[in-house]
Amino acid sequence: MSTSGWNNAAVRYDLQIIASWIKPESKVLGLGCGEGELLYHLKHHKQAMETGVEIIESRVAECINKGLTVIQGDINEEIEDYADDTFDYVVLSQTLQQVYDPLTLIRSMLRIGRKVVVSFPNFGHWYARLQLLFTGRAPITAQLPYQWYDTPNIRVLSIKDFTTFAHEVGFHILKVATINTDREDKTGNYVAFMPNLRATYGIYLISRLPAP
Amino acid sequence: MISPLILFITKNMSEYITHDRSGRSVGRVEKKYFTFAEPPNEMALDSGRRLGPITIAYETMGRLNADKSNVVLVLHALTGDSHVAGHYSETDDKPGWWDNMVGPGKGIDTDKYFVVCSNVLGGCMGSTGPASTHPATGAPYGLSFPMVTIGDMVRAQKALLDYLGIKRILSMTGGSMGGMQVLQWCIQYPEMVLSAIPLATTMRHSALAIAFNEVARQAIIADPNWNNGDYYDGPRPNVGLSVARMIGHVTYLSDDALRQKFGRRLQDRDNFSFNFDSDFQVESYLRHQGAKFVERFDANSFLYITKAADYFDLTQQSGQSSAVDVFLKASARFLVISFTSDWLYPTYQSRDMVKAMKKRGLDVSFCEIEAEWGHDAFLLPNERLANLIKGFIDSVYERME
Repeated sequence: MSTSGWNNAAVRYDLQIIASWIKPESKVLGLGCGEGELLYHLKHHKQAMETGVEIIESRVAECINKGLTVIQGDINEEIEDYADDTFDYVVLSQTLQQVYDPLTLIRSMLRIGRKVVVSFPNFGHWYARLQLLFTGRAPITAQLPYQWYDTPNIRVLSIKDFTTFAHEVGFHILKVATINTDREDKTGNYVAFMPNLRATYGIYLISRLPAP
Repeated sequence: MISPLILFITKNMSEYITHDRSGRSVGRVEKKYFTFAEPPNEMALDSGRRLGPITIAYETMGRLNADKSNVVLVLHALTGDSHVAGHYSETDDKPGWWDNMVGPGKGIDTDKYFVVCSNVLGGCMGSTGPASTHPATGAPYGLSFPMVTIGDMVRAQKALLDYLGIKRILSMTGGSMGGMQVLQWCIQYPEMVLSAIPLATTMRHSALAIAFNEVARQAIIADPNWNNGDYYDGPRPNVGLSVARMIGHVTYLSDDALRQKFGRRLQDRDNFSFNFDSDFQVESYLRHQGAKFVERFDANSFLYITKAADYFDLTQQSGQSSAVDVFLKASARFLVISFTSDWLYPTYQSRDMVKAMKKRGLDVSFCEIEAEWGHDAFLLPNERLANLIKGFIDSVYERME
């Protein structure tokens, strides 16, 4: 295949971590899958049966050209067509901050997937905190590099926020990776000490609570 | 007198064949014929009637590999034919209707794949249709030709593939009524179809589409020369058929396309004629299309084929109330494609299809291509479309190997 030749190291660092959590030969749904970097990697290195949902035509076309199965559409609508437990994993990578109704979306993800991966840029990072404190202006970081007026992100959240959210909504957190990496970086490191202050991204593997 | 603008458009749209700018071509092709269903073994039709003998005109391109695993079937739309790409002779300067898509290194790569395209049952480009000779009378069938359905067309194509010794189809594609045949194949012979690309099509013909077809048919029927379909040894219903074609052309374009290409510009004049000559360029264009069409198409075939499209409803066929169950038997991998400006088979109809496929757990991809040309967009040179088709077929082929 012309687009092949990628290996583990060639994939973005946060995607490497997600890939490491996904068992071989799984059925994976990628929501907001972009140009299919993660799905392509999973398909060729983990023999995953992949499906993506992406709203932008050019990205959908790029995915299909690579041989990926991808549907052009709105993730909030497309997700409703799938039966319960259709997928082993449903992945929402760095898209949560752009979702209008995260609660409904995450509940749907937990309905159609046995396990769910959610990742997002951590707004609790010290750099964002200091910017607001010292400049008095909305923070612009390497992970959220937009002005308040041109950002696609309609909400920001911190690692602590998501953990609290898990308790309130009621889902299991199976794994957490708090990492320090930049937006396009292929390398990075785990942050174990004070992650809400020091990690640039949070990645969560979650599942439904067992039935009572 | 045709203006250069009209010539530009006629050269660049729909069945007004384009020469591929790349200059690549599949080269010479030959129209072949396959005859089957000789009495008393006529083919049973959906209507309950029987038809035979049946001849199917077809063309093939590329080379069939040893295990016959590289077959791509192309299904043509309402007024298309088996001549999908290439030329009939050295001096023939008019390539097939999808020459921009089918050829060496193109979207459907004839260096890799063996492409088959046949003229539909009921057609007038070599396959048995109402203009063919009725074996019992020695005269053309006319209205004694039985009504055929999309299912019947597919049944005849299956007979052709059996004859060619092909048991599995790597991929099949077609737009509009060609897309209906693609969908029909996937539920009628699911075990034969590995993957399918329905383009600009629908699971059931809408009231809007039926309405336009009915107006077109009434134009033919109202032509006194039509004579209840019995016109083969007299003057032809050319007026009715050309009006039918003019109506069709409006539905293949879009408000935007018409506005951009014609606007209210006048044809070869500075002022209104104040009579019923064609004042506007758009009138002149439609008249030209109508006049050209009657030279190559049979009016009765037009009636029969449009009716087949109108009857098409996969939901009804599956005997289920829900669209989800339409694809109960299908097992192909799908790529569904629609075009933003297509108002004859709008995107919502493709989305309904995709939704039904998803609910059945089928492997389906979907892309809505931004295109300004209306329904005709699937026939026009379009790099995005070619790349999607190429990427999809290649991935199915690689997965199989």
